[in-house]
Amino acid sequence: MTLFRLTLGAALLGATALGAQAQDLRIGLASDADVLDPDQSRTFVGRIVYTALCDKLVDITPELEIVPQLATEWSFNDDNTALTMTLREGVTFHDGTAFNAEAVARNIERSQTLEESRRKSELSSIDSVEVLGDYEIRFNLTQPDVTVLAQLADRAGMMISPDAADEAGTDFGLNPVCSGPFKFEERVAQDRITLSAFADYWNADEIHLDSVTYLPIPDTTVRLANLQSGDLDIIDRLGATDLEQVRSAGGITVEEAVSLGYQGITFNIDNGDRGDNPWGNDARLRRALGLAVGRDIINQVVFNGAFRAGNQPFPPSSPWYDAEIPVPERDVEAARALLEEAGYPDGISLEVQVPNRPENMQLMQVVQSMASEAGIDVQITSKEFATMLQDQSAGDFTASQVGWSGRIDPDGNIHGFVTTGGGLNDAGYSSDEVDRLLNEARTVSDDAERKALYDQAQAILNEDMPILYLYHQTWLTALDDAIEGFVAYPDGMMRLEGVTKTEG
Amino acid sequence: MLSFILRRLLIAIPTIILISIFVFALQKFLPGDPILAMAGEERDPETIAFLREKYRLNDPIPLQYLTWVGNALAGDLGISLRTNQPVLELIGEKLPVTIQLATMAMIFAMVIGIPAGILSAVRKGTVIDYAANVIALSGLSIPNFWLGIMLILLLSVKLQLLPASGYVPFADDPLRSIQVMVMPAFVLGTALAATLMRHTRSAMLSVLTSDYVRTARAKGLSERRVILKHAFRNALTPIVTLSALLFGELIAGAVLTEQIFTVPGFGKLIVDAVFNRDYAVVQGIVLVTAVGFIVMNLLADAAYVLLNPRLRS
Repeated sequence: MTLFRLTLGAALLGATALGAQAQDLRIGLASDADVLDPDQSRTFVGRIVYTALCDKLVDITPELEIVPQLATEWSFNDDNTALTMTLREGVTFHDGTAFNAEAVARNIERSQTLEESRRKSELSSIDSVEVLGDYEIRFNLTQPDVTVLAQLADRAGMMISPDAADEAGTDFGLNPVCSGPFKFEERVAQDRITLSAFADYWNADEIHLDSVTYLPIPDTTVRLANLQSGDLDIIDRLGATDLEQVRSAGGITVEEAVSLGYQGITFNIDNGDRGDNPWGNDARLRRALGLAVGRDIINQVVFNGAFRAGNQPFPPSSPWYDAEIPVPERDVEAARALLEEAGYPDGISLEVQVPNRPENMQLMQVVQSMASEAGIDVQITSKEFATMLQDQSAGDFTASQVGWSGRIDPDGNIHGFVTTGGGLNDAGYSSDEVDRLLNEARTVSDDAERKALYDQAQAILNEDMPILYLYHQTWLTALDDAIEGFVAYPDGMMRLEGVTKTEG
Repeated sequence: MLSFILRRLLIAIPTIILISIFVFALQKFLPGDPILAMAGEERDPETIAFLREKYRLNDPIPLQYLTWVGNALAGDLGISLRTNQPVLELIGEKLPVTIQLATMAMIFAMVIGIPAGILSAVRKGTVIDYAANVIALSGLSIPNFWLGIMLILLLSVKLQLLPASGYVPFADDPLRSIQVMVMPAFVLGTALAATLMRHTRSAMLSVLTSDYVRTARAKGLSERRVILKHAFRNALTPIVTLSALLFGELIAGAVLTEQIFTVPGFGKLIVDAVFNRDYAVVQGIVLVTAVGFIVMNLLADAAYVLLNPRLRS
């Protein structure tokens, strides 16, 4: 009997040990991350890795509200020229360095002064940083700017160990040290990035995984095959065309969130000599193209209805979307009438440059066939993305099929693109009224008041149409059924708090 | 023998210089600005100017080339514009992966191609010969990417026998490493097997009709001995040369195969580097590949001499 009990006890112990075995989460990414230094980083997949590696001052909810992460409270002063934050106590970086106001100040300084930094423009309105106490800090701004808070919910707000950063300099990315739930273990370029759970994480109770491995697998079919064969637990960006098959096969759940970004057609209005063309000179032609294409048709034909039709820089699901200007129905007659009014009763041709990727090509072919019914002869010039970007910024184009990955604050999706001299204003568009409205929107902290300003700008832009917005991508994150607790966010990031994996 | 190798090595030097100049120039003529791609979505003009200066892209192209050669001679191939990792380290990391893939693919190619070639030569005009030819032809004409995806869907998704993609270092877990590599190696090997089979067949056919094979048969040797010892041994010389030449094809094939199966090897490194305009990485890989190609050919020539006593003088 004793022997039996002992055996049973041993068996039970064994079972418990089995249940507690190391939980490794394997995530398939659509491409390989670039350098793992938040200040030098520039890729979307890099940000996915940082989400597990580096905590930010603030985070967002799926509804885009700003919530505490390393900062617990914050407030702007009355004229929005200073942002004061209270910081979380008891946080340490992966190297054991304490997190405090001093560390934040050094982080902001690095983001602003490191020559390789890609964060300069995001933090350009921060004039100085004042350490008010161990856990109290104030950002003094050069001008009223409420958009700075949302910048701190992304890479510019990621806190890295200042000591490690000083020591490593520009090589920090080879061995990043942050304060997130997981710490860096190893990276083999184009193969994998491995992180392990950080025992001293301030929110460790919410972390139920021992390690995370990110594997870049660019081919959508192969990425999905890996999920189906059980080699991966989660995959980034499931192909929209695979959605139906995945849903009917079972064993895999798809979590969706409409992205913050958009895809559209940017016209050259006044960027160099090539802006002087009928399409650049007459907004009626641009509006005609807008009427000739059915956004819903594009979504159905190219993306199996998985994405979201759109006509503004913000998706219809965004709190910043202007419901007064809904996505227009396709109206070929109205498009023809506009062409006639503009002096082209027999139609007109339009050369559009497109990145030579299957999805973009397919999109433009659908646009082409719809536009032709209205008398617009769309000529597609496919270019490799790097080349297209170069031609676009140099003004060597008539129209360009291009998109934007999207920012949390509405300002990031619109200001740089349409204000006079904006860094991303490849259209060369300029309107005093739009400039005034968008600049003012930066200074107002009340959301309703801000939205009214964006709505007014939107009304003008919808007439002038320097950018014809077409659709908003949906992040399709596919998960093995063994994964629970995953929530999809509009920024496409994979937050691992609360995510569990049951051994299948 | 030694002077022969030395002579060949000397000839190799100008070849390598020419190749590196050619690739350097070609890259510079590619449209698309690497710095614009690197600067990030915001394209801050200050950052762009700084990066251009940092990577010396403002220098005249000949000067850029000379700077690169100088550093390369000192053993520094620069750093990747994308990940900041040293190019030499990246190459060192990827080379074993592709060598393993190429070796396994070559084994597949030889195991399938050579016996099939011998068999179809010996059984010339029979069903076996035709069957082998049909298979060889399909091996050559089935596109790698199609075969790859089909195998993944069948063996990984449907039957769950093999991992769909990826790589495990041989030293970490030999069994798993081979399992992961079987599919890509097979896909890469099939096309080569077809080429090998056809060449083995024709080499064997010409040898089988020669006088000494008739003599061997007349001496009453077993057919097996005649074919393997007398005929095949002599047919081997062109096959060895071919195998060495196939090395280039193997690397070229690896580019596509590694892309399909996400094998983090040389081929994938170069494709990604070209698309990202990661100049230093492209240049480094081309240099190493060119050297590798020359060395392989040198080894083939040396093996030639060893296999054929008539060339030893």
